Amino acid sequence: MTQIAIWGGALLLLIILLTLFRISRLVAVVSEADKKRETNANKINAALMVGFLVVGFGITFWYSYNYFGDYTLPVASEHGVETDRLFWVTMAVTGVVFVVTSILLFVFPYMYQFREDRKALFYPHNNRLELIWTIIPAIVLTLLIGSGLKTWTDITRAPSADAVEFELMGYQFAWRARYGGADGVLGPYNYQLIDKVNEFGLDLTQQASLDDFMPPEVHVPKGQEVNIKIRARDVLHSVFIPHMRVKMDAVPGMPTNFKFTPTMTTEEMRAELGDPEFNYEIACTEVCGRGHFSMRLILVIDEPEEYEDWYAAQTEKTFLDLNPSYMERVPENLREVALISTGVEPEEVSNVVELESTLN
Amino acid sequence: MATANVALAHDAAHDDHHHEHKETFWNKYVFSQDHKMIAKQFLITGIIWAFIGGLFSVFFRLQLGFPNADLMWLKPILGRWIIETNGVGQLDPEFYLALVTMHGTIMVFFVLTAGLSGTFSNFLIPLQIGARDMASGFMNMLSYWFFFASSIVMFSSLFIETGPASGGWVIYPPLSALPQAVNGSGLGMTLWLVSMVLFIASTLLGGINYITTVINLRTKGMSFSRLPLTVWAFFLTAVIGLLSFPVLFSAALLLVFDRSFGTSFYLSEIYIGGEALPNVGGSPILFQHLFWFLGHPEVYIVLLPALGITSEIISTNSRKPIFGYRAMIGSMLGIAFLSFIVWAHHMFVTGMNPFLGSVFMLLTLIIAVPSAIKAFNYITTLWKGNIVFTPATLFSIGLVSLFISGGLTGIFLGNSAIDIQLHDTYFVVAHFHLVMGSASFFGMMAGVYHWFPKMFGRMMDARLGYIHFWFTFVGVYMVFFPMHYIGIAGFPRRYYSWTTFETFQGFTDLNMFVSIAAIVTFSSQLVFAFNFFYSIFRGRKSPVNPWRSNTLEWTTPVNPGHGNWPGEIPTVYRWPYDYSKPGAEEDFIPQHIPYAQTPESNLPHEQELVKQEEADAKANDEIVVEDTNH
Repeated sequence: MTQIAIWGGALLLLIILLTLFRISRLVAVVSEADKKRETNANKINAALMVGFLVVGFGITFWYSYNYFGDYTLPVASEHGVETDRLFWVTMAVTGVVFVVTSILLFVFPYMYQFREDRKALFYPHNNRLELIWTIIPAIVLTLLIGSGLKTWTDITRAPSADAVEFELMGYQFAWRARYGGADGVLGPYNYQLIDKVNEFGLDLTQQASLDDFMPPEVHVPKGQEVNIKIRARDVLHSVFIPHMRVKMDAVPGMPTNFKFTPTMTTEEMRAELGDPEFNYEIACTEVCGRGHFSMRLILVIDEPEEYEDWYAAQTEKTFLDLNPSYMERVPENLREVALISTGVEPEEVSNVVELESTLN
Repeated sequence: MATANVALAHDAAHDDHHHEHKETFWNKYVFSQDHKMIAKQFLITGIIWAFIGGLFSVFFRLQLGFPNADLMWLKPILGRWIIETNGVGQLDPEFYLALVTMHGTIMVFFVLTAGLSGTFSNFLIPLQIGARDMASGFMNMLSYWFFFASSIVMFSSLFIETGPASGGWVIYPPLSALPQAVNGSGLGMTLWLVSMVLFIASTLLGGINYITTVINLRTKGMSFSRLPLTVWAFFLTAVIGLLSFPVLFSAALLLVFDRSFGTSFYLSEIYIGGEALPNVGGSPILFQHLFWFLGHPEVYIVLLPALGITSEIISTNSRKPIFGYRAMIGSMLGIAFLSFIVWAHHMFVTGMNPFLGSVFMLLTLIIAVPSAIKAFNYITTLWKGNIVFTPATLFSIGLVSLFISGGLTGIFLGNSAIDIQLHDTYFVVAHFHLVMGSASFFGMMAGVYHWFPKMFGRMMDARLGYIHFWFTFVGVYMVFFPMHYIGIAGFPRRYYSWTTFETFQGFTDLNMFVSIAAIVTFSSQLVFAFNFFYSIFRGRKSPVNPWRSNTLEWTTPVNPGHGNWPGEIPTVYRWPYDYSKPGAEEDFIPQHIPYAQTPESNLPHEQELVKQEEADAKANDEIVVEDTNH
C-alpha cells in the first residue's frame, strides 16, 4: 500500500514538473524572452554567483574554525611535527590564493553581467601582467619545494645503526610484527618456508632466527629512532600509522622501510586527549582485497625503561618457545644454541623431536 | 593548398550527389563515417556510461554514509551482492571494491576520455578548422566501434558470478594478477583487460585521425596561430594520448602474461591461499611506473579538452577576446610536455628510491605554473567583459572554480613530505574529483550546452540548464569539499567501513552529509537527461549563430550535411577572438570576414594585411581558373 502511494506520489510530482516546464516554455515563447540578450535570468545567475561565494566561504570558515580539533590528528613523532608545519604553511599560501582568486572569479561575473549599452574591453594580452603571474607562482613554488625537499631527505635518510628495529609484515588481512630477540638481529627468512604456523617463513637453519619473537602488539620506546622493516606476503599493503605520520607500502618481493622517532608514549597521549581507551593504531592504505578495511594492529609507545622490560619478557616467548615442534628444523650444530636461547630443557625438546619422528 | 581545397570541394559536391540517393538508416545512424554522427554516438554512449558510473557511486556512498542501513530493497537490482547479516541487508565488501573500481574505470576512460575527447574532438575539429570531414572517415568509424565493443565487454563483466574487476581502477598487481587474492581478479579482471585493450585501440585510431586532420586539412588561412583554443587542446590531447596509451597497453599485456602464461613481470615471493607461488624476480613497482606513465598524462587527456572548451565559451560569452591567447597555447604545450615527466608523484611512498621522489616532486610543482597561468587568464578574460550567462558560461565558470580548488590541493600532494600523511586518504579523493573529475565533467557539460544547437539544430532549454548547473555546482562542492577534512583526519580510501579503527570513528555525520549530497547531485543529472533528449526532438529551432560566435562551425547551415559546407569552405582571415573590437558595429567579427571588410576596426598591423589579402585573392583566382581549364 505504502509502495503504491510512493510511486503514485512520484508520478504525480513528475506530471506537475512537466506541466510547469511546458508552461514556462510557452510563456517564454510568448514574451520572446529567448530573443533578448539582457535578461532576468542573467541578473539572477550573476547574483547567485556572489551568493554562492558568500555562503560557501561562510560555511567553510565557520566549519574550519569550530571543528578544527575534530579533523586535526595530534602528532606524536619528530618528523610529523615537520610535515605538519609544511602542511599548514602550504595551507596558508594556497588559502590566500584560493580566497583571492575565488572572489575575483565570482565577483567579476556579477560586476560585468551583460548590458546592452556597454561594450566589453578589447584586451587581448598584456605581457608584463603575464610575466608577473608566471614568475610569482614560480618563486612561491620554489620556496615550498625547497623546504619540502629538505624534510623529505631527512625523513628518507638511512636509519642510524642503533635504531630500534622490528619487522612488520602485511598479509590478507592483518599485520604481524617480528623482533630480533635476545641478539637483536632479525633472522633471515624465505617465503618458500611459510606455512600456517611459520607465518614469516623464518629460516631456522640460521642462528639469528632462533631467538626471534612475534608479539601480538608492537611496542617501541619513546624518544628513540625506530626503523620499521616492511614487507608483504601476498599482495601490496601499506603501513599507515596516522599519529606518527608514517606511511610506506609493503611490497611482495621488495622489502621497504620507514624510520621515525615517537615523541609521546601511549599513556601521555591518553592523558592529553583525556581518553583512557586511546591506542595508537596501524592501518592499511593500499587496497588489498575483501578485508582491506580491517587490518588493525595496536602500536604501544613505552617509556624506554618499560620498553626494556617488555622486550626482556618477550624474549621468553620466541617462535621456538611457542612452537617447539619446529626445533626439528634447526640443524644439529645449532640446536644447543637454540635450546639456550629458548630456555627449554634439552630433554623436553629431544622428547618432542623423537615423538614427532615416531608419528611421522 | 588552394588547389587541394578546390579538388576537395569538387569531391564533396560529387559525394553529396550520391549520398542523397544511398543514405540508409545503417550508414547514416549506425556505421556512419560522418564525424558529426560519430561525435553524437560518442556523446550518447558517454552519457549512458556516466549514469551507470554515477549510480555506482550512489551505491557505495549509501554504504559509507549509512553503514547500518538495511539495503534489502536493493536486492532486486544487486541480487547476491547484497548479503544478509543479522537480518539486515548489506553490501558485500568485495562488491564494494568492485563498485569503486568500476566507478573509476568508467568515469575516467569511458566518460571523460571517450565521452569528452571522442565527442568534441570529432565534432569540432573539422567544423572549426574548415574541413569536410576527418582525414579518414573509416578509421573514425572504427574508433567508435572499438569503443562500443570495449563498452560491451566492460558492461558484460558486471553480470558475471565472480563480479567485475575489484582491485581499484589502477589495477595494481599482485592483487589484480591473482584470482585467489580477490574474486574480481578472476574473469572480471580478464574482461577488464580485454575491454581496455579495445579501448586503447579506439583511442589510438581516434588520436591519429585528430592529429592528421588538424595538421593537413585546415582551410585556407587557418594557420596554427589562428586556431581556436579548442582545436589546440584537442590536438595536444591527441598527441598525449598517442604517446601514453601504448604504455598502458604494454602494462596490460605484461599483466595478461603474468595472469595466464606463468611469467613473473610483476610477481615475486608470494605466499597466498596456503601455497608459495613459484614466481620470483618480478616487481609490482614496474607495473606502477608503466601504469602511471599513462595514468598521469591521462589526467591531462581528460582535462585539456575541457580547458579548451572553456576558453572558447568564456571568451564568446564574455564578448571579449581570450586573454593571452599565445600564453594559453604556451601553457598547454608546457602542460602537455610536463605531463610525461611527473608520473612518479603517485608513487612517493611505494618504496621507490627516495631520490627519485625528490626529482618528481620538483617536476610536479613546476607543472603548477602553466596551470596557474591558465586560471589567471580565465579570470582576466571575465574582467571588464559583457557576460551573457548561458548554461555553458555557467559551467565554464564552474570549471575554473573547480580547477582552482582542486589544483591548489595538488600543491600539497605534489610535495612528497606532506604526501606521506595524505597519500591514499580522502584528501586525495577530494583533490582529483575536483580538479580532474568534476572540472572535466563541467567542461563536457559546457560543451554540450554550447554546441547542442550545432549538433541537433535545436536549442536546449536554458532554464533547465540553470537549474542543472546550480544543483550540480553546489552539489559537487558539498560532496567533495568535506572530503578534505576527512582526509586531513587521515581516513584512508577504499575502506568499506570505518568502525574497526578508533582513529576513524568520527565524522559519521559528515559522511552522511556527503552521501546525501551525492544522491541529490546525481538525481539532478536527470534534469539534464530530460533536457537533452527532449530538446533533440522538441527543442526550439536554433538560429544559425545562436551565441554570436566567431568560429567557423557557425558558418555552416543549421543542420550541416555530410561535407559540412554546401558550397566552398570559407577562407579564414583572422584569429577567432575578435570580440567587442573597438570601432566594430557588432560585438563579434567571425573568422571568415576579411580585414578588407572591416577597415573601421582594423588595428594598424591588420590594415597592412589587407594588401596581402588582396594579393592572395588574386592568386587564388588564377589557380581556380587553371583548375577548371584542364
